[in-house]
Amino acid sequence: MKRKLMAVLCVSAMTMGLMSGATIASAEEDVITVGIINNDPNESGYRTANVADFEKVFGEDNENGYETSFFYSLENEEQIQAAEGFITDEVDYLLISAADTTGWDDVLESAQEMGITVILFDRMLDADEELYAAAVVSDMSEEGVTAVNWMTEQGLDEYNIIHIQGVMGSDAQIGRTTALDEAVEANDTWNYVVQQSADWSAETAQEIVQSVIDAGDSFNVIYAENDDMAKGAVAALDAAGITHGVDGDVIVMGFDCNQWALEELLAGNWNYDGQCNPFQADTINEIIQQLEAGEELEEKVIYSVEVGFDATTITQEDVDNYGI
Amino acid sequence: MAKNTAAKKQNPLSSLLHSQMMIPLVALALLLVFNLIMDPTFFRITLGTNSDGNPVLSGNLISALNNGSELAILAIGMTLVTAASGGQDISVGATIAISGSAMLRVLCGTESSPSSLAAPIILGFLVAVLAGMLCGAFNGILVATFRIQPMIATLILYTAGRSIAAWINNNQLPIVPGKAFTYFGGFIPGIPMPTPFLIAVLCIIVIALVMKFTNLGLYIQSVGINENAAKLNGLKPAFIKILSFVILGVCVAVAALIKCSRTSTINYSVVAQNIEMDAILAVALGGNNLGGGKFNIWASVVAAYVIQLLTTTLYKFKVSSDALPAYKAVVVILLIVFSSPVVKEKLSQISKRRKAAAKEVG
Repeated sequence: MKRKLMAVLCVSAMTMGLMSGATIASAEEDVITVGIINNDPNESGYRTANVADFEKVFGEDNENGYETSFFYSLENEEQIQAAEGFITDEVDYLLISAADTTGWDDVLESAQEMGITVILFDRMLDADEELYAAAVVSDMSEEGVTAVNWMTEQGLDEYNIIHIQGVMGSDAQIGRTTALDEAVEANDTWNYVVQQSADWSAETAQEIVQSVIDAGDSFNVIYAENDDMAKGAVAALDAAGITHGVDGDVIVMGFDCNQWALEELLAGNWNYDGQCNPFQADTINEIIQQLEAGEELEEKVIYSVEVGFDATTITQEDVDNYGI
Repeated sequence: MAKNTAAKKQNPLSSLLHSQMMIPLVALALLLVFNLIMDPTFFRITLGTNSDGNPVLSGNLISALNNGSELAILAIGMTLVTAASGGQDISVGATIAISGSAMLRVLCGTESSPSSLAAPIILGFLVAVLAGMLCGAFNGILVATFRIQPMIATLILYTAGRSIAAWINNNQLPIVPGKAFTYFGGFIPGIPMPTPFLIAVLCIIVIALVMKFTNLGLYIQSVGINENAAKLNGLKPAFIKILSFVILGVCVAVAALIKCSRTSTINYSVVAQNIEMDAILAVALGGNNLGGGKFNIWASVVAAYVIQLLTTTLYKFKVSSDALPAYKAVVVILLIVFSSPVVKEKLSQISKRRKAAAKEVG
């Protein structure tokens, strides 16, 4: 029932889009039409920033001459349906941040047949690289490596780690877990006290850390795969009177670089925050301008530059520039 | 409880078997015994100080009482809704997001991380209660007046609720400033018990007083058992049903206060995720008929804490994240099968036969 309703809504939305798109296209010749498929803006602070970035560059009243339709869903199937709709609309460019990495081959092929340029952003897809023109993505495994390298630099005698994972199977979880798994495997002094998923939820993370404290196990590193979960973990530490951050007993690590998280770093309450760069719209804008001018792209896959921040070196400027 | 022990003296085994309290209490006992055998340190409770230097109790049992409180509060309302309407509200997780979001909108104003509160906490909480009651009334009217199946009626807010919550705060994730707001989900200075548990106890006392001094319980039960008969006796079934949903709405707002206070913020897509399923499970585990009618709030509340104790136990034994839901499912299956009328009937037959045999021997 819900599916059917959604389908009807989608179809009607697409028809509307088609009609309005058609009228505007005929009115202005030099307009570039774009269809953007993204995840639900409420998924996380990261996604909110990502969506806002794209709406700024491609949305209404943009100065770049784009006529854009947006579609948001966390469901891969709904995203694929929307993509088919955009292809029927014959948009010039189709930008995709896929919910799942698989299942996109047919859609991308039909886009290619229609002469539509596909650009991936934020996340990679399991598809032949002939099927898309460019990709501007985050390298999640690199984020994990950067974080683990930072940990190694701290030169602790022992690493007893509470590892709080995101939703199992998501790109970010896999990337951020793999590097740490390898490091724990390779070093005798690195141990997991616990490795559990909190599904990106602060409250669940709090519960997990609480249970470790209740059990009386000792630990000195909390590696949370996003800021929310790091926040929940810190709440549990505070309740037990365990010190954390710079000069504290426990090292706290988060990811995503939310504004508030970087402020925690600046205050010395946390130790490390790894960036997950949500700003891809400007790069994609440049790529489209290049393609429109008939230029060749230098690189097909562009990885967003992502850094990690250390509480001892972060400045207010960093917080303002990198906070999302 | 006092009544229970008095009844036990007359006919210990069969009265306990027939008591609705039995299933959650047996489950509780099983979990405690399991923990006692596996690792007695599970029961260790220590008095320490938190980072503000205030005394706090900690330990697995305290954590279970702390983290299970939202569920226990929801179980109160869910039991009433189940009894009156013969269906369940599956939108409680989403409505927690809505009333939490409304509360933070009031407390933070339009800024996402203000330096001071924009309004007193009590005002924010009242707005949350209002939002919760409105959602409850919406569900209740759909169920009672338009006679839509409760699960379908509440599917609307289940689907749309989290988006509405995000819209209330314009997609921002506000952070509430100040220590005072953290007391509701943490510890009040000087009181070593976690505040969520105290709030849950307060809710239980309030509902107990309501049940004792009003006929609400009786009315809800009669509407649930036979709507037409209740109508002929001068009750307004539609009003009673809407009222039960509104009471659940108040429970939702209280749960939202605790949830938001735990981290001083809210994440619309993950806050109280899947809590509706645990709340319904608590009602079922409490031996309540999911088709409406007779109910026992206390059994649901105990069941809610049992569910949390199960989660705490699984965390304690560091069950890997992938396997966690599977373990939970196995235990739930056992409990539900054990509490099903068929098995209960068999058990009481066995006990009768034993008694008869004992008499013959005697």
